[in-house]
Amino acid sequence: MALSSQQAERLPDAARQSQLVVAVGASRDREAFAELFGYFAPRIKAYLLRRGAAPAEAEELAQEAMIMVWRRAQTFDPAKSAASTWIFTIARNKRIDALRREKRPDYDPEDPSLAPAVPPAADRAVEVTQQAGRLAEAIAGLPEEQAALVRMAYFEDKAHGQIAAETALPLGTVKSRLRLAMGRLRKALAEEL
Amino acid sequence: MTDHPVPLHHFPEELLLDHAAGSLPEGLALLVATHAALCPACRRTLVEAEALGGALLATLEPVAMAPDALDRVLAEIDAENGSDVTEVSRPERDPQVPPPLQDYVGRGIEALAWQRLLPGVAAARLRAASGGEMPVRLLRLAPGTAVPRHSHGGLEATVVLAGGYDDAGGHYERGDVQLGDAGLDHRPVAAAGAPCLCLIYEEAPLRLTGPIGRWFNSLISS
Repeated sequence: MALSSQQAERLPDAARQSQLVVAVGASRDREAFAELFGYFAPRIKAYLLRRGAAPAEAEELAQEAMIMVWRRAQTFDPAKSAASTWIFTIARNKRIDALRREKRPDYDPEDPSLAPAVPPAADRAVEVTQQAGRLAEAIAGLPEEQAALVRMAYFEDKAHGQIAAETALPLGTVKSRLRLAMGRLRKALAEEL
Repeated sequence: MTDHPVPLHHFPEELLLDHAAGSLPEGLALLVATHAALCPACRRTLVEAEALGGALLATLEPVAMAPDALDRVLAEIDAENGSDVTEVSRPERDPQVPPPLQDYVGRGIEALAWQRLLPGVAAARLRAASGGEMPVRLLRLAPGTAVPRHSHGGLEATVVLAGGYDDAGGHYERGDVQLGDAGLDHRPVAAAGAPCLCLIYEEAPLRLTGPIGRWFNSLISS
């Protein structure tokens, strides 16, 4: 599969992204990996640059994140999350490890002692990819005052308290806008088709 | 006293969002993860907030990778062994310690360097994974002990691990979260019956605000 820059720009839909990660996990499919790489590596690099990495560092860490994608693809469960969500968590943890030299404490979603938050259904994987599509639309439809704060929260390494300090918005306003945004996005996730 | 089956007091949504975005300092992230391990509702919110992160990743303008990036990554992958997912062997677990906290308590709660602060009150400081400083302590209160009235210079977050306590904000048990900012001036009292074990994050040292407590400030802020 030739990897042109046009292909790198084009957005494979959520179902396709999931299939690619599953193919990498199940059969070590290099073509599937190349397609994932073409799409996600430049976006992970953009994410790392936004969060303060120097250009050479962002390149290196984006490559390392994609190596993690290869290594961990077997653990990806399309019934639990969209591929973009799963890859986001890998990029996020890579950034915390490398740029902050900290560990990110987390619970293990595979831990059997944790009751499942969502009961599994036969068609969960389909539902998850449909949710990802609705979520993308909902983000595009957020009012700018909410969208701007959400982007700061995810891309600028700022907790909501710092966002309030830097935007000179009252803390209560930042909190309520973020909650409103989460409410709208949650509604998009929960929507029945 | 009956444990409530799921926590009743939670982290606010914007802090869960900060955690999913990866913006919290390690110490506060440790408290959020510890609560989440005990709270299905907050785990669900974190999953949603991570989905938001994934969807936002797609909205970023891509930045071209080096021309040989894919070749380099494939070469790296080829150099590795076939087996990629390593089984992590888990040491014996203390059921009182939720999984995210396990790595931070080393050989267990009892083996930590506990320090007696006041009668019935002991604390043990936890270190960051790197070994560096982190403003997180475990606090253990003997049954019925009252913590002297105090306030904080900044955010204080508490997650109850065992036992319980009462405060102006209500009754707190395993998994429950209490958040206080610089304005909170409180005097928690441990429930009778069993010791109360809490995980505490303090952005700034606490200050005793009662008439006698001010004298003790230098003792307990270590």
